[in-house]
Amino acid sequence: MLVEAGHFALALALGLSLIQFLVPLWGARANDPVLMAVAPTSALAVFACIAFSFLALTSAYLSSDFSVLNVVQNSHSAKPLIYKISGVWGNHEGSMLLWVLILALFGAVVAISRNSIPMRLQANTLAVQAAVTIAFLLFILTTSNPFTRVVPAALEGQDLNPLLQDPGLAIHPPLLYIGYVGFSISFAFACAALIDGRIDAVWARIVRPWTLGAWAFLTLGIAMGSYWAYYELGWGGWWFWDPVENASLMPWLAGTALMHSTVVMEKRDALKVWTILLAILTFSLSLLGTFLVRSGVLTSVHSFAVDPERGTFILGILILFIGGSLALFAWRAPMLKQGGLFAPVSREGALVVNNLFLATACATVFIGTLYPLALEVLTGEKISVGAPFFNFTFLPLIVPLLLLLPLGQTLAWKRGNFLGTAQRLYAVFGISILATIVMFAFTYGGPVAAPLGIGLGLYLVLGSLNEIVTRSWSKGTPPAVAWRKARGLPRSAWGTAIAHAGVGLTVIGIAATAWGIEAIGSLKVGERLKGGDYEVRLERVIPRVEANYREDAAVLTVFGSGRELGTLETMKRLYVTRGMPTTEAGILTVGLGQVYASIGDAQPDGSVGIRLYHKPLVLLIWIGSLVMAIGGGISLTDRRLRIGAPAPAKAIPPNAVPAE
Amino acid sequence: MTRKQRRLTLIGVAGCVLAVALGLVLYAMNDTIVFFNSPADIQAKSVQPGTRIRLGGLVKEGSVQRGADQQITFEVMDAEAAIKVNYKGLLPDLFREGQGVVAEGILESPSVFRADSVLAKHDENYMPREVADTLKKQGHWQGEADAAPKTQ
Repeated sequence: MLVEAGHFALALALGLSLIQFLVPLWGARANDPVLMAVAPTSALAVFACIAFSFLALTSAYLSSDFSVLNVVQNSHSAKPLIYKISGVWGNHEGSMLLWVLILALFGAVVAISRNSIPMRLQANTLAVQAAVTIAFLLFILTTSNPFTRVVPAALEGQDLNPLLQDPGLAIHPPLLYIGYVGFSISFAFACAALIDGRIDAVWARIVRPWTLGAWAFLTLGIAMGSYWAYYELGWGGWWFWDPVENASLMPWLAGTALMHSTVVMEKRDALKVWTILLAILTFSLSLLGTFLVRSGVLTSVHSFAVDPERGTFILGILILFIGGSLALFAWRAPMLKQGGLFAPVSREGALVVNNLFLATACATVFIGTLYPLALEVLTGEKISVGAPFFNFTFLPLIVPLLLLLPLGQTLAWKRGNFLGTAQRLYAVFGISILATIVMFAFTYGGPVAAPLGIGLGLYLVLGSLNEIVTRSWSKGTPPAVAWRKARGLPRSAWGTAIAHAGVGLTVIGIAATAWGIEAIGSLKVGERLKGGDYEVRLERVIPRVEANYREDAAVLTVFGSGRELGTLETMKRLYVTRGMPTTEAGILTVGLGQVYASIGDAQPDGSVGIRLYHKPLVLLIWIGSLVMAIGGGISLTDRRLRIGAPAPAKAIPPNAVPAE
Repeated sequence: MTRKQRRLTLIGVAGCVLAVALGLVLYAMNDTIVFFNSPADIQAKSVQPGTRIRLGGLVKEGSVQRGADQQITFEVMDAEAAIKVNYKGLLPDLFREGQGVVAEGILESPSVFRADSVLAKHDENYMPREVADTLKKQGHWQGEADAAPKTQ
């Protein structure tokens, strides 16, 4: 019964979204506050309906209701509780439901922050948001209904794909979706501004926290996905330039550019048209990502089921929204009042350079990801564009950007002085170059990329923090005064410095992978395998039987420079229901590095294959991403954003509408 | 600086970055792209030894041999030809004789391939798409015998 109610609630949400789309749009046009006030009410109702629907599906999973097709295909009564919950979105239908749930959640949050957003803007924004909701609800109801029943009901489920039976599934998709879908708000605001034909610094001030929040979540989501792939797939890699990864990287790059360009718009009332375009492109890339991952065009762990009908539908949504919003842009953007131009050497000039490099880098990823698909459609030739392509095109565009980053952060607004700025960074330059030379000397003969990359990362970390130091301390300032001054700096300055330092940490982590060591061998119990300074000894292989799988666990003792560091376990599992084997890597963290081992097949002579890696400083890749997201979060609490935009009094109509 | 100069500076810088990016992309397109071939393609197109390719097909039944230190050889075949693959490393969990596989590496001679990575399907529901397409093209597609029910 609850399942049918969930299905009905979803259909009801579709009807309400139609109201949320049409009425406020008309109201904004006719300047009728009563009609415009329908927007927040209906947005909250849509959210309530979709949330109910999501809970209904969750309850079907919790009670292992095997009369629901979706539950039969993706669950099992013996599955641990956490995977019953996260399994709700561990399949195509459920993940799309999560997608619209988050979409509706964002609509609801816009709806309740009514005091800080001018009414017309809010009405138009929620109408655009509703249009997206309608498209995706139609998609779910017509092609991917999670509430389909099976008659007769199955006795047992087919279990969840074992690769997804991991805590990562509970965290990675929600974070990623909050990021992806969060950009729909920037998109909706951009379209609303175009519909209204008016855009100003207040708009930028309203949009910025949404972009910042979505960006922080997307950063976390990508980092989490990367770490999950790293420990789950057992290849020891953390980024494969797989099309599915690129699908999330593209909106991230565009969103990073958007986040920076809204700052220019807010502070200097410039770059308006570009910012609007970026907001549209960022969400378009999120939609493209959804299409690539969900349509079955690409095969990966993410594509749950291949169904051409679904692919065509999402492609339709993609064309409708990207084409529609770009057409709207082409039609209305020339009518927007242009902002002023500014001096090339200034903070805003530097932010333009940032946008230029990020957008170009995003374009190369776009080409590398879509070219093989286009070529296959056009000529039937199958090619693969892998890491070499991206290393060759993406890195040369990102490294100059990173080199300029601390300079840009230090430049003054309006009229900057390049030499003066460089002077403020002398110490940072000096220390970084010195550190690079020392590292190079110590690892002479090793890979050159590692010391250079770590030097660059160090320069980023020091350069970012240098900004805080020079703004609060000069020669002769007592430490107490400097500390007070530093604490008095706006939160956005701290957020910027911390996020940029996070970029530096990630760069260090990535560069250090060049020092990584890999060894492979067949071991019998008691034998050792050496990889660089580290060595493992196979202690024993233990067979175990768990609720929904059985496994052989190899226990390895890790030695580093003669000392015993600890033990790790790597497992070969067989998930009984699906008859699917998986490998679980064993990881021992040593400082910021990790010793990583995965088990291969058992040999006829009783030995097992072991692949061993040592990955120095590898944790910094994800720690850096976490620091970036924290920086974004700190910026979000800046007073300027907390207090909200000073809306002109006449934009808020008298309280004619009773609160619902 | 006049307004016009400022605008020109911006356009100039943007033009330079885009030109560099375009150059990099075009160069990389020539150099770093790997073509997918089935064993029959290698014969038909007479792919030069030393070329980096992705080889896809079915693992021939009974062809997998394990040597010392995780040295593995197996044969990848399609309906028309077969090619011997040498690989050192751990095979993916779903590597099976008689099933689809994609290997990336260097073609050493027209009949020997040295793989540096071997990919099998991610789960039981499908075989690598390129392999499925090749078999379909050659008319030997028999559906995914062990695949999950059609409802998936």
